[in-house]
Order: sequence, then C-alpha cells, then structure tokens
Amino acid sequence: MSADPAEQLPDPAQEERAQSIGRELRCLVCEGQSIEDSNSLFAADMRRAVRERIAAGDSDSQIMTWVTARYGDMVRLRPPFSAGTALLWASPVLFAAAGLGAALLLRRRRATVAPLTATERARIEALRKG
Amino acid sequence: MNRRWLLAAPLGIAAAAGAGFYAMLARMNEGRFDPRGVPSALLDKPAPVTSLPALDGHQGWTDADLRKGGAPLLVNFFASWCVPCVIEHPQLMTLSRQGVRILGVAYRDKPADSARFLAQRGNPFAGVVSDAEGRASLEWGLYGVPETYLLDGAARVRWRMAGPVTEEILADQLQPLLRRIA
Repeated sequence: MSADPAEQLPDPAQEERAQSIGRELRCLVCEGQSIEDSNSLFAADMRRAVRERIAAGDSDSQIMTWVTARYGDMVRLRPPFSAGTALLWASPVLFAAAGLGAALLLRRRRATVAPLTATERARIEALRKG
Repeated sequence: MNRRWLLAAPLGIAAAAGAGFYAMLARMNEGRFDPRGVPSALLDKPAPVTSLPALDGHQGWTDADLRKGGAPLLVNFFASWCVPCVIEHPQLMTLSRQGVRILGVAYRDKPADSARFLAQRGNPFAGVVSDAEGRASLEWGLYGVPETYLLDGAARVRWRMAGPVTEEILADQLQPLLRRIA
C-alpha cells in the first residue's frame, strides 16, 4: 500500500524490508495505522527515512533503534517487553487471576453459610404451623 | 461480609469512573490534555544537531545558536498550511514581546508561503529556518505542526508541546516553566 511507487526502493528485496519495518511503525497522527498505510506527511517522512537508512546499509535493528531514539516506544505497533510495559503485557493474566480469585472466594463463602441457630429453627417451625 | 457495602462498591466505582471521565473531557476541552499526545523521547536529552538554511529573506539560525547557553529558548515548528499554527501564533507573539528567544522552523512549506504567513501575522522569531523536506524535523521526533520545544541553558529539551500552545497552556505550563528554569 506504500502509496507512491516513486518513493519505493529500486531493489525489490530492500523495498520488501522497508515495508516490513514500516508495518511495525505507528503513524503517530493516525488511529492505529502503520506508516505504510497512511498518507499523512509524518508517515511519508518516516517511510522516506526508513528507505534512506536501508539504502545506506543499516540493519533492521539499527533502524528500529534510530526511530525509537527519536520517537520512543510509542512509535512501535508492538510494544517491546520492558519494565515500563510489563504491566501492559501482564494485564490479561492479572485480570484472569483476579476473576478466578473472586469466583473461588464467592464459592467458598456460599459453601460456608452458617447453620441455623436453635431460635431460628424454632421460628421456622412456628411459621410453618401457622 | 457487609452486604450493603458489596452493593455500594460497584456504584461507587462507576461514580468515580464517571467523575474521572468528566474531568478528562473538561481538560480536553480546555486544551490541557491530549489523549493522542505522544511523550517526547528527547526529554532531558540534548537538542539534536540542526543545520538548516535560513527562510528566504529572513534571519536564520545555526546549531551554535541552540547551544549558546544562558536563557532558556523555544524552538517552534510551524507551516503556513497549518490551521492550529494560526491559533498558536498570538501566544508566540506574547512570548516574543516578553523577550523569550524563539527560533522558528518552517516545516514542509514553500518559503514564499511561510514568509507571507509571518508578514501577515507578525514574526515572533529571533531566527527562522526552512525544513522544506522535513528531514531535520524527524531528528527532533516531530510528528506534526505546530510543535514547540523548550531548551534550557544547557540546550537540553525540557518540555515539548505537540499541538498549539493555547492561552491556557501558555499560562499553566510554559510560563511557570520559563520562570523556573530561567
């Protein structure tokens, strides 16, 4: 979708690399689009920068480092696991554990309903006899 | 377990969430909070090396001007095609009248259009350069215009506003920061 054929690299293998890097980079002015899918100026600038670095011989990870040094982890569509994102990644497990815990707690509570006292039983008997 | 408390808990949580949401919407309305804002990766780091040609017919600025030290300065990215830049412009003029040094970068704009923008609305910049292709702006982590960066005396980025510096942001954030690091 990399909009304009004019901005593509002449070498198809390099262009393929550029597009796969681009699909990992968030277009920061769009809603959940990668820079390969957007027509915004920011996305165009970033597509060009990625291609220029590929042409200059940078590796994929060097390019990722270059981009995140300027734009932070927010620019990555798949946030990396780090101290700052640990809670984000762990949240599904945490929510499942909390739900399971709550269910078990409620279950146990239901099982341990206190037996009726002698006076309560006597009242029921009285009510039943009307 | 107290049954009444159990019943009140969800209501309490819903009420707190509602109040929080209302506060967030109010802050968005006043321009104090931008949910799409991305924090600058350059915070507390030195300003990137920037060397751009002067905007035609204007005083430019060099990388050395960023690093002269002394008073804090602002670097503002704008474009004549950018509507929020028009909203922001009076605040830049105010700052410039107060004696704050503002260095301008015309982002992806025709030099003649940038020059007309400044001629019509006033030029708040101590120097203004042109980044016609947007390459240098990427080095700053720019993702749209306007953006404004506050540099301290050691040329470190202390604050970044992505979007217009409104009257509220000027009064609530920028002015106090300028007073503190001056």
